[in-house]
Amino acid sequence: MAFNSADTAAFKNVWVFCEQRQGKMMPTTFELISEGRKLADELGVELCGILLGDNVDGIAKELGGYGADKVYVYNSPLLKDYTTDAYTKVITDAVEEIKPEILLFGASNIGRDLAPRCAARLHTGLCADCTHLDIDMPIYKNFLREASTLAEERIEKLGTVKINGQDHDVSRDIKMTRPAFGGHLMASIFCPRFRPAMATVRPGVMKKREFCADCAEKVEILHPAFELSASDIKTEVVETVKAAKKLVDLIGADFIVSVGRGISKDVEGGIKLAEELAEVLGGVVGSSRACVDAGWITADHQVGQTGKTVHPKVYVALGISGAIQHKAGMQDSECIIAVNKNENAPIFEVADYGIVGDLFKVVPELIESIKAAKAAQ
Amino acid sequence: MKVIVTVKQVPDTSGKVAVNPDGTLDRASMQTIINPDDMNAVEAALALKDELGCKVVAFTMGPPPAEGMLRELMAMGVDEGVLITAREFGGSDTYATSQIIAAGIDTYGVDEDDVILAGRQAIDGDTAQVGPQIAEKLHLPQVTYAGEIKKEGNTFIVKRMLEDGYMTVKVNTPCMITCIKELNQPRYLSVGGAFEAYSKPLVTMTYETLKDHPLIDATTIGLKGSPTNILTSFTPPQKGAGMMLEGAGKETTDKLAGILAAKHII
Ligand SMILES: Cc1cc2nc3c(=O)[nH]c(=O)nc-3n(C[C@H](O)[C@H](O)[C@H](O)COP(=O)(O)OP(=O)(O)OC[C@H]3O[C@@H](n4cnc5c(N)ncnc54)[C@H](O)[C@@H]3O)c2cc1C
Ligand SMILES: Cc1cc2nc3c(=O)[nH]c(=O)nc-3n(C[C@H](O)[C@H](O)[C@H](O)COP(=O)(O)OP(=O)(O)OC[C@H]3O[C@@H](n4cnc5c(N)ncnc54)[C@H](O)[C@@H]3O)c2cc1C
Repeated sequence: MAFNSADTAAFKNVWVFCEQRQGKMMPTTFELISEGRKLADELGVELCGILLGDNVDGIAKELGGYGADKVYVYNSPLLKDYTTDAYTKVITDAVEEIKPEILLFGASNIGRDLAPRCAARLHTGLCADCTHLDIDMPIYKNFLREASTLAEERIEKLGTVKINGQDHDVSRDIKMTRPAFGGHLMASIFCPRFRPAMATVRPGVMKKREFCADCAEKVEILHPAFELSASDIKTEVVETVKAAKKLVDLIGADFIVSVGRGISKDVEGGIKLAEELAEVLGGVVGSSRACVDAGWITADHQVGQTGKTVHPKVYVALGISGAIQHKAGMQDSECIIAVNKNENAPIFEVADYGIVGDLFKVVPELIESIKAAKAAQ
Repeated sequence: MKVIVTVKQVPDTSGKVAVNPDGTLDRASMQTIINPDDMNAVEAALALKDELGCKVVAFTMGPPPAEGMLRELMAMGVDEGVLITAREFGGSDTYATSQIIAAGIDTYGVDEDDVILAGRQAIDGDTAQVGPQIAEKLHLPQVTYAGEIKKEGNTFIVKRMLEDGYMTVKVNTPCMITCIKELNQPRYLSVGGAFEAYSKPLVTMTYETLKDHPLIDATTIGLKGSPTNILTSFTPPQKGAGMMLEGAGKETTDKLAGILAAKHII
């Protein structure tokens, strides 16, 4: 029978595309598996990973440790390097055959290349770059009460929607929330008429769960048959080059000290101060896009809409004005400290602690104060 | 050979963004601009034209005023504009949008040595899905996140940027390439070109033009044909004002360090 994405009742289970590069699992995969577990539990179904690569069985078990019940593994030399064509074919063939109801991808440069292509082939909807996922209606409504300015009556009323003239109950649909318009607006999207409901999920946003060694032992690894030949692949990967320098791990950091254009009068000195403060705190240096665009610091340091989304314990913003695109990447930090010489800088609107002053004067003092406070503990 | 560029007119989200009380965007009060990534796609197209003398055609789907944007692009050197516009196309998600734009491009015609350039992402919808989905609908190979493009015969050699490095990918025409900011520095509009722009051809494709194309069907276009629906849209609450510490001296930083230590944050 031909594949019919509109036959929604035929689809079951939550799937996560498990992205690996050069045989190493991308950290986002574990975040997605953890989040997928939550969704599968709310639906009372299984959570399955789908893993493509060449000889990647060795990294499949670990997925069980974060909550996967099963992993479908597809091994082939043709899947060693990522290509849109090969990955789209294998994934869409698997979806057509096994029929998952939800399919999640990390919103990485690869996930955002692959997921739209798969959605277009499968004739289904794809929600881009999500930052929050829900099934359960009461939990979703509580999320809106916290995360939105919507009036209670409007939240209370949510539940049934007219879709092309017919009432549709959204309580079993995945509700995918994402920022749009550069973070000025949030939207909850759903995919009522087609399956799987697909989403790409922003890296660094979902929380990774505690690793469970027992569960990793118990996970079921499956190798379904599949068809793929060299002629399916229309692009040729000539080489894959890793950045020479070790990239800064913003997403895994507990403490981030970021610099902005406010360091312009002494760029080197400003970055050095940030490095010193980061070192005292045990963290790393981040940056606004202004500094990246000016060539003062490399792009892997950029926090924000087109950089990384971070939620460290402490985020220190030095000489950063707090443009919406910057805030989009850091406003969920547990504690935000801002130093800016302009008392009206928008960064102070999201700061837990603000100091109005010249960063070149404040930061050396802050370093001394923190050293002293730590020594006193 | 020709280069097709897809270009979207978007509200300028870099300044103040006005939101209506019901959580929707007050588009009327906002300036429109050419989507920033699309300017990089246009520049890449014009660079190919400078080098090879090929024709550059800009496609946009949007309300009739988007014609102004096409004229602006013609003033920069684009040879022809195609405006896809119809009430039936309104409310489309990325699936439906791609379906319609692909139908428009296919109706115009894609030759063996053509390339389609898109921006990676539009700053309003922010999805980065339309480029790959047009490629899928047209059965063309795609390379996204292009940070460098070189042409050798009918092959493009693209530096495809990754978070932790890059891939070098070879792809034959016809193909789709999506462009990022790092690709180039867009040129400025020339005054001379502004007059010339109005003598260049501008084609309008409406529902009538495209309705018989196999990709166009009431079930695949517009709000009704879109697989995704918006359940609700909202603005996030402003975080409560934090504590502003008075003065920029050592007492202030001592006080801050003291609070952080007391709260076991450091
Ligand atoms: C599509 C798009 C995507 C974007 N994505 C991102 C993104 O991901 N991340 C991002 O950061 N930006 C992004 N931006 C850019 C963003 O809009 C801002 O331009 C940028 O964040 C500004 O950086 P800044 O705060 O460092 O510089 P500015 O806005 O110039 O602010 C500098 C600040 O430093 C203060 N200052 C100056 N001197 C001192 C001093 N000696 N001591 C203390 N304070 C001082 C000033 O008062 C000012 O507030 C994006 C923009 C667009 C259009
Ligand atoms: C708040 C909100 C959230 C949304 N979320 C989703 C979602 O999660 N999933 C979904 O499927 N739809 C979503 N949509 C709908 C989506 O924004 C529209 O379908 C839009 O027309 C295309 O998507 P985009 O702006 O994200 O473009 P992108 O896919 O980001 O654009 C990439 C490139 O495609 C080309 N392009 C895009 N649109 C056009 C055009 N009209 N004319 C010419 N070229 C174009 C440009 O070259 C552009 O640089 C959302 C809309 C809103 C208002």
